[in-house]
Amino acid sequence: MNLFRILSEKPWIGTPLTAEGLAVEVSQAPVMVPEKIALRFFLGVVGVLFGLFSIAYFIRMRVGDWRPMPEPGTLWFNTLLLFMASIVLQWTHHRLKHGREDGIKAALTAGAVLTLAFVYGQFAVWQQLRTAGYYIASNPANSFFYVLTGIHALHILGGLWVWTRAGIRVWSGTSPDKISLSVELCAVYWHFLLLVWLVLFALLSYT
Amino acid sequence: MPFIIAIVFLVIISVLLHLLSPWWLTPIASNWSSIDSTINITFWVTGFVFVSVNLFMAYAVYKYRYNKDRRAKYEPENKKLEIWLTVLTSLGVASMLAPGLFVWADFVKVPADAHEVEAIGQQWQWSFRYPGADGVLGAADARLITPKNSFGMDEKDPNGQDDILVSTQEMHLPLNRPVKMLLRSKDVLHDFAVAQFRVKMDFVPGSVTYLWLTPTVAGTYDILCEELCGIAHHAMRGKVVVEDQASYNDWLAKQMTYTQQLAQADGDPAQGQPFYAVCAACHGVNGEGNIALNAPRIAGQQDWYISRQIGYFKHGVRGTQPGDLYGPQMAPMAQTLATDAMVANVAAYVSSIPEAPVQTTVTGNIDNGRALFEPTCGVCHNASGQGIWAVNAPRLAGMSDWYLVRQLQYFKSGVRGGHAGDEYGYQMTSMVQALKGDQAINDVVAYINTLK
Amino acid sequence: MTTYLPIADQPSELHDPHTFISKYVWSQDHKVIAIQYGSTAVFVGLIALVLSGLMRLQLGYPNTFAFIDPSNYLQFVTMHGMIMVIYLLTALFLGGFGNYLIPLQIGARDMVFPYLNMLSYWFYLLSVLILLASFFVHGGPTGAGWTLYPPQAILRGTPGADMGIILMLASLAVFIIAFTMGGLNYVTTVLQARTHGMTMMRMPLSVWGIFVATILGLFAFPALFVSAVMMTFDNLIGTSFFMPAVQSLGQNVAHTGGSPVLFQHLFWFFGHPEVYIVALPAFGLVSDVLSTHARKNIFGYRMMVWAIVAIGALSFVVWAHHMYVSGMNPYFGFFFAFTTLIIAVPTAIKVYNWVLTLWQGNIRMTVPMMFAMGFIFTFIHGGLTGIFLGNVTIDLPLSDTYFVVAHFHMVMGVSPIMVLFASIYHWFPKMSGKMFNVTLGKIHFWATFLGTYAIYLPMHYLGILGVPRRYYAIGTTSFIPDSAMALNANITQAALFVGVMQLVFIINIIWSLVKGKPAGHNPWEATSLEWQTPDTPPHHGNWGEKLPVVYRWAYEYAVPGAKDDFVPQNIPPEEVVMLPGAGKYVNRSEEH
Repeated sequence: MNLFRILSEKPWIGTPLTAEGLAVEVSQAPVMVPEKIALRFFLGVVGVLFGLFSIAYFIRMRVGDWRPMPEPGTLWFNTLLLFMASIVLQWTHHRLKHGREDGIKAALTAGAVLTLAFVYGQFAVWQQLRTAGYYIASNPANSFFYVLTGIHALHILGGLWVWTRAGIRVWSGTSPDKISLSVELCAVYWHFLLLVWLVLFALLSYT
Repeated sequence: MPFIIAIVFLVIISVLLHLLSPWWLTPIASNWSSIDSTINITFWVTGFVFVSVNLFMAYAVYKYRYNKDRRAKYEPENKKLEIWLTVLTSLGVASMLAPGLFVWADFVKVPADAHEVEAIGQQWQWSFRYPGADGVLGAADARLITPKNSFGMDEKDPNGQDDILVSTQEMHLPLNRPVKMLLRSKDVLHDFAVAQFRVKMDFVPGSVTYLWLTPTVAGTYDILCEELCGIAHHAMRGKVVVEDQASYNDWLAKQMTYTQQLAQADGDPAQGQPFYAVCAACHGVNGEGNIALNAPRIAGQQDWYISRQIGYFKHGVRGTQPGDLYGPQMAPMAQTLATDAMVANVAAYVSSIPEAPVQTTVTGNIDNGRALFEPTCGVCHNASGQGIWAVNAPRLAGMSDWYLVRQLQYFKSGVRGGHAGDEYGYQMTSMVQALKGDQAINDVVAYINTLK
Repeated sequence: MTTYLPIADQPSELHDPHTFISKYVWSQDHKVIAIQYGSTAVFVGLIALVLSGLMRLQLGYPNTFAFIDPSNYLQFVTMHGMIMVIYLLTALFLGGFGNYLIPLQIGARDMVFPYLNMLSYWFYLLSVLILLASFFVHGGPTGAGWTLYPPQAILRGTPGADMGIILMLASLAVFIIAFTMGGLNYVTTVLQARTHGMTMMRMPLSVWGIFVATILGLFAFPALFVSAVMMTFDNLIGTSFFMPAVQSLGQNVAHTGGSPVLFQHLFWFFGHPEVYIVALPAFGLVSDVLSTHARKNIFGYRMMVWAIVAIGALSFVVWAHHMYVSGMNPYFGFFFAFTTLIIAVPTAIKVYNWVLTLWQGNIRMTVPMMFAMGFIFTFIHGGLTGIFLGNVTIDLPLSDTYFVVAHFHMVMGVSPIMVLFASIYHWFPKMSGKMFNVTLGKIHFWATFLGTYAIYLPMHYLGILGVPRRYYAIGTTSFIPDSAMALNANITQAALFVGVMQLVFIINIIWSLVKGKPAGHNPWEATSLEWQTPDTPPHHGNWGEKLPVVYRWAYEYAVPGAKDDFVPQNIPPEEVVMLPGAGKYVNRSEEH
């Protein structure tokens, strides 16, 4: 799909016709699963959202009252959990793609448990920081830490809603075809949120 | 057909209004005539486009009005025409943008010989600061502001000691000298705008912004705040006086420096007490007021407010307007306090007199009074009517209610607050307009009576 | 790998709803959702119209009305602006017309995610209810101006700083969620659910405008969301994202170091694309109305599409022209003045092409056409005054004066509303199956067109004089003459007249719904697909048994030799009736 070619079509001049009288290039309506398109746009929206937060972070950082905050080691462990959740979902998707249903339930459960463990881990980090006296309002660095991790965790929880839909299909015995799409969408979304988290983690650690 | 007539008519009206409009740029009083030129260029170019495209449209609508025997021309596009139009438009746009960018380049670069003056914005007042002999403004911070240090001066900064602090709503500028206006806000966004100067800039709390200009015409101009800053945004008015260097120097010499201000002793109630005897004749031994003598309660009123009002009476800012029935009695009394120190002492004594509740005389609808008071009056005078020093709003709760009614009526009719020397009078004359009719005034005062 | 059928080839899976509730309340039909969106938007729009009347009363006749004090005046200003921009215009163009027209004009049975579409409306309604709730809480709605600038927005000197601002931010967040759900749907539908033969460049410009505006919305609203979240934290938890160390009414606030200008950057990174989120659908819709009633193809279709795309892209790099005097680094002024004036070029091209569409047309003076041509006039006016404000130097004297108010009302108030009326009159026969009353429609046009110009033309001159905006009362100044105050009273009279005359529109709509004459399937003899539905109004699923197949673009008017002066998109070439002696209908594909 070449954007420039699409946009330079002269629509008042038709294109060559097929036997059925349809223009060759247009006889095929677009073929892509709409959910995948929607997900791409949604990832774009989420990307802009975190991008803007990051820009705000950089701008706010330059003000003199910024005092960097230590990142607890637990974050590394949480990152590992999310990474594993991502891998598990990718593995599940791969299996379903090849029509294999065995082990799917266990894998999906593992993915959800790892994800929830990540969210709980983030929550535990908040507790740790609060105990150590790093409150949300005491410094802009802290504020950004809580807000960024919080918004990220909310997005993860939103993903679990889609996961639940896939889960319902699996446990109610729907055919692998239909489950495959839900799991694929989950996997892509998880990878994306893992990527966002890695970027955020780097941002929070190195500044 | 009516449509074509309407378009032609609207084009003619627009052009005529433009040519004959009595409302146009104010006579310029700064070096920024280049801004006016840019505006004029833009008016010519856009005016040409406006007239020609609309008349062309009217003509097209006339010429190609519906005719069932005719058919439109089938013409998907016309590359040549479209390219021509694009090129011409780009040239037109460039002809307007280029002069604009040159002028902006001038605006961005402040001349090296510009002197600095600081304007300070706060809800909903102005004040100004001039560097003293050293030509450098000292450090200041909104966090350091206290009743005694309303500019938030950093007392440790040597540069600030000779700064000249002007807390009236009026600033002066010398003629034909470039000035860099530094803009500092104590609270929210404001904007320094003088129509005749053309340039304007926002205040941003937390940083200092600037603009520069060279005043070229002597006169007095209004300073307006042009960035929404809260309920009394429209009442935030100042004045800038442009005058020759000699008059400017005279004016500046009369203003007080930070050091001088620090040296002013606080009012001493003990020293003020003897002088209070004069006041006691009417206002009562305990400052409780006397309705029969038209003397309001003054006990418990803030000392800075008392000082300021005594000063106003002394200098004819209050008590001289026709219609102010009892104000003139105060003038000779105020004259008995010869020095500022004496005024401060008496004020300190008055505010230290132990309070006793006063008899209420005004009745009204308290609920209506609250609805009127809370969103407007209560913002400056405090929700419980205790007054707020930072905005120069005195205490209302517990003061003589009949007096409040009379003063509100005075503010409303311009008997009080209209004098050029009454620094915060404009705010009151402006805000009191929210009270429509005597009943509203009574209701508000009845509500104030309930405040503790 | 499982194979996937294009939507156009999928068997229709629509289950016709049977109960009243599932048909009209929890409906997943794009047409019902469109009407739900539209009527909710018009309802809040009427509230905002009343608010503007109240403001005008105060400005025209200061010190007269006991119920308008400085505090609620600012609340009227704020709510009027916010409702009009977000809850009326954005919702009506995208939620209303977007929902109604996209599936019909691209030949789809519905949006691709009908359930999400329904959720989008209910979230939108929730955001409206939260917004309206703020009128009833202690302190009333926020009066911070629709820009909600901190620090004042959350400090006590501004009306509604306690509950009002919280509800405002919450409502915006919910609106953004609603918009994102709807927006993903519109974009995906346009990309994936087009029927056979409907290439991107054969889509009507309405769909193009809505499509690009939706993409802008998807990527611009996050900026508003980010700023709303951070401001809520500043307000409720005491963080200092935007709040600097200040003293408010004598008390030090518990914030340090925040940057109010950062908020402005985020706000306008949303706020400027927002202007085009409203304008681009208007550009698209008006193009279709003009072409249909001029009986001529839209002139320079490709240029029109490119201009929409170019304007959409450029709209992300001009935001700081709202901030020339905000105290940001003044060197930014050069860049943003440059980009802003560049955007004038594609915009001007659109105007030329509209006028050139009329040229050599065969213009039917219908009510929608009058509104559409009225739009050209008001848009030229509003666009040209934009060049003043976009040019950084001229913005110095004019920013925050009535010139700005007059400019943006011409360009994104009156102009889009002219298009809204043009579109409502144009598509009303399809939506309802009834024809509106033409006389009432014309009265409505003249009152609105002449009336709004009487409001805003003189207002520019007040701005040039230096009359500041957002003032409860001008009061006494040395430079504003009494004649300006008198003019203000005249403007108020015109505004009240225009406001009242909108009743004519409402009466017309209600009367026509009940008593209007049947309009027929295609009263305007239009070519695009929505006019070719088997039923009017279209039934659930839009197309009956078979989806239409598209053979040409949407502007096949006045084809030389054809019997009718319009050839619908879905008529096979061999079925096009030709005039005697004109030969066969030329499918221009054979010209290759």
